[in-house]
Amino acid sequence: MNRINDKLNTKSKLLSIYFTAGYPNLEDTVPVLESLQANGVDMVEIGLPFSDPLADGPTIQASGTQALKNGMTTTLLFEQLKDIRKTVSIPLIIMGYFNPVLQYGVENFCKKCQEIGIDGFILPDLPLAEYQEHYQEMFEKYGLVNVFLITPQTSDERIKQIDDASNGFIYMVSSASVTGSQSGFGNAQTDYFARIKNMNLNNPQIVGFGINNSETFDAATKYTNGAIIGSAFIKMLTTKGIDGISDFVKSIR
Amino acid sequence: MNYNVNEKGYYGEFGGAYIPEMLYPNVEELRQQYLKVMASDEFQAEFQDLLKEYVGRPTPLYFAKRMSEKYNTKIYLKREDLCHTGAHKVNNTIGQILMAQRLGKKRIIAETGAGQHGVATATVCALMGLECIVYMGEIDIARQAPNVARMKMLGATVVPALSGSRTLKDATNEAIRDWINNPTDTHYIIGSVVGPHPYPDMVARFQSVISEEIKTQLQEKEGRENPDFVVACVGGGSNAAGAYYHYLDQPDVGIIAVEAAGKGIHTGESAATSALGKTGIIHGSKTLLMQTDDGQITEPYSISAGLDYPGVGPMHAHLFTSGRGEFISITDDDAMNAGLALCKLEGIIPAIESSHALAIFETRTFKPDDVVVVNLSGRGDKDLNNYIEYFNL
Repeated sequence: MNRINDKLNTKSKLLSIYFTAGYPNLEDTVPVLESLQANGVDMVEIGLPFSDPLADGPTIQASGTQALKNGMTTTLLFEQLKDIRKTVSIPLIIMGYFNPVLQYGVENFCKKCQEIGIDGFILPDLPLAEYQEHYQEMFEKYGLVNVFLITPQTSDERIKQIDDASNGFIYMVSSASVTGSQSGFGNAQTDYFARIKNMNLNNPQIVGFGINNSETFDAATKYTNGAIIGSAFIKMLTTKGIDGISDFVKSIR
Repeated sequence: MNYNVNEKGYYGEFGGAYIPEMLYPNVEELRQQYLKVMASDEFQAEFQDLLKEYVGRPTPLYFAKRMSEKYNTKIYLKREDLCHTGAHKVNNTIGQILMAQRLGKKRIIAETGAGQHGVATATVCALMGLECIVYMGEIDIARQAPNVARMKMLGATVVPALSGSRTLKDATNEAIRDWINNPTDTHYIIGSVVGPHPYPDMVARFQSVISEEIKTQLQEKEGRENPDFVVACVGGGSNAAGAYYHYLDQPDVGIIAVEAAGKGIHTGESAATSALGKTGIIHGSKTLLMQTDDGQITEPYSISAGLDYPGVGPMHAHLFTSGRGEFISITDDDAMNAGLALCKLEGIIPAIESSHALAIFETRTFKPDDVVVVNLSGRGDKDLNNYIEYFNL
C-alpha cells in the first residue's frame, strides 16, 4: 500500500494541487512542494513539462513552456527530487505526457520514481489498452499507482474497465474541456458527480478541471473523495510566487 | 510482411491511439463506424460522384516527354495538381465530410499549415453547408495570407494558434483541444495520414483513389498496372499514402519517399523525419518524430510549408524501418530548381512540396526502360511568392 492509498483511507475531501516543475523559476520545484505540505495540502501532482500538452489549456501550457525555457528536463527533475522524502511526506504523483517517459525509458523512469519515493503517475495520453498490454505489470512492480481519467462522456462500461485497471483513484474530469477553461459547476456536473458516486466503484474518485475556489471545491468534494486544483494555482504562482501559497490554500478550505 | 494497418491500428510497431480519455468516445465512435460507412453503396455512390463531378477525377497520368528525355527514363506525372482547390487534399476532405454527415456531426474543425488542407476543408463545408473552423499557426497566417483569404471567402472561421511555436503542430494541438471541448457535435477532419487510429488508415483509404487510377491508366499506356517506381513527397504523408496504397504489397514496385532536407540534414533546419527522428508519440500516434533527447518535440524547417511537420504518418515510419520504402531527402535549393525545371520542360508550375519529389532525378538514376510515376501532388499558385522571392522573378 503506498502513500496515495493511505491518504485516501484516512482523509476525506482531500485537496490536491498540480504545479509545473521548474515554474516559475527552475529551482522552485522543491520549495513549492515543501510549502504545499506546510500549508496542509494533502497530495501533489508534479507536472513534468511537455512541448505539446494536448489536454491542457493555455495557463498550464504556458507554465510548461516557461519551465522548458528555464531548462527543466526529466533528468533534472529527478535530480531536484532526490532528497524530497527527507522533507515531504505527502503523496507525490508525476503528471505528464507519455513521450518524455518513453524517451527516458519507461522502466528506467519507474525505477527512478521508486528510488525517489514517487507514488504514482497521471499520463493522460497513455490509453487504457496500451497500459494493460505493456506497462501495468512494470508500474506495479515498482509500486507505482497509475491514475486514469474519466469524463462525463465516458460510458459506464468503460468506467468499470477503468475501475478494474486502477489501483489508486479515478481522476474525474469535471466537464468536457481542457484544463482551466471553465468557471463554476452547473447541474450537469452535479448530476455527473452523483451518477459516478452511485456506481459504487472500487476506487475513490477525485475531481479535477474547473476547480478554482472554495465554492467549486465544496461542490466537487460533496460527492467525491477530493479535488485537484491546477490552472488556478499556476495563475496564483505566476502573480504572487511561493509566498502566495499560504493564502491560496486558506481561500480554498 | 504486411504494410497496411492491422486490426489494432498499428503499422508494424507504429500507430495506435495515444489519446487522452476525453477524446476516447469520439475516436472510438469513428473507429467502430468508418469501415462500415465507407463500405456502404450509398456512401460510395456519393463519394465517387463528387470525386468525378466536383473534384474533376480521374486526374490525368501524363507522360512527361521532355523530362523523360532529359533524364533518360520514362517519367509519368500523376496530375493531382489538377484537382479542384489545387491539390490532392480535397480527396480526403470530400470523404471525411461525407463521413461526418453519416455520424450526425454539425460542426467541422481542421488544422492547416500552409493552408491547402484548410482551403480543402472550407470548400467541402461550403458545399455541404456545415460550420467550419480552421486552426492555423499565427506565424503561418502571416506567411500564407492568400489561403487565409480563400478560407474566409469560403465561409470558414480561421482561428490563430497562439501557443508553442505557432505553426502546424500547434494548430493541430489547438484543433485537438477544440475537439476535447466539443465532444458531441464536432468532427475533426485531419488533413494527413497522422493522428490516432483510425485516422491514418481512413485518410489513406480516401487518398487511395490516386493509386487506383494509376493502375488503370498505366495499363492503358504501358500495358501493365505496376510501374517500376512510384515517387511522392512526404510531410505527414497523405499524397504518398494514396500513391503507394495499391502497390504496398507489390514487391516489383519500388516505393520512393522524398522528405524535405530544408537547408541540409545536419544544419538544424530540416524536416527529414526519417533521418532525424526517433520513435515517439505525436498527436496521438506512435511514429518517428523529431524531438530532443528529453522527448520534447522540435520545430522542423522546410521552405515548403506542407512538408514542415516534425512527425510522419505511421505507415511511412513502418515503410522506412522495414526497408520497404527508399527514403531520400531533398534540400530547399534542389527542390526550387526542380520546380523551375518542370515549368520550363513541361509547362507545369508545381507546388514546392511536389518539387521535392521531382528533384530526385538529379540525385538518383533510373534505367532507360524504367517506368517512374511521380505524384504531382499540388500546383504552384499558392507558392508564387516563394518562387518570386527565391528566383528574384
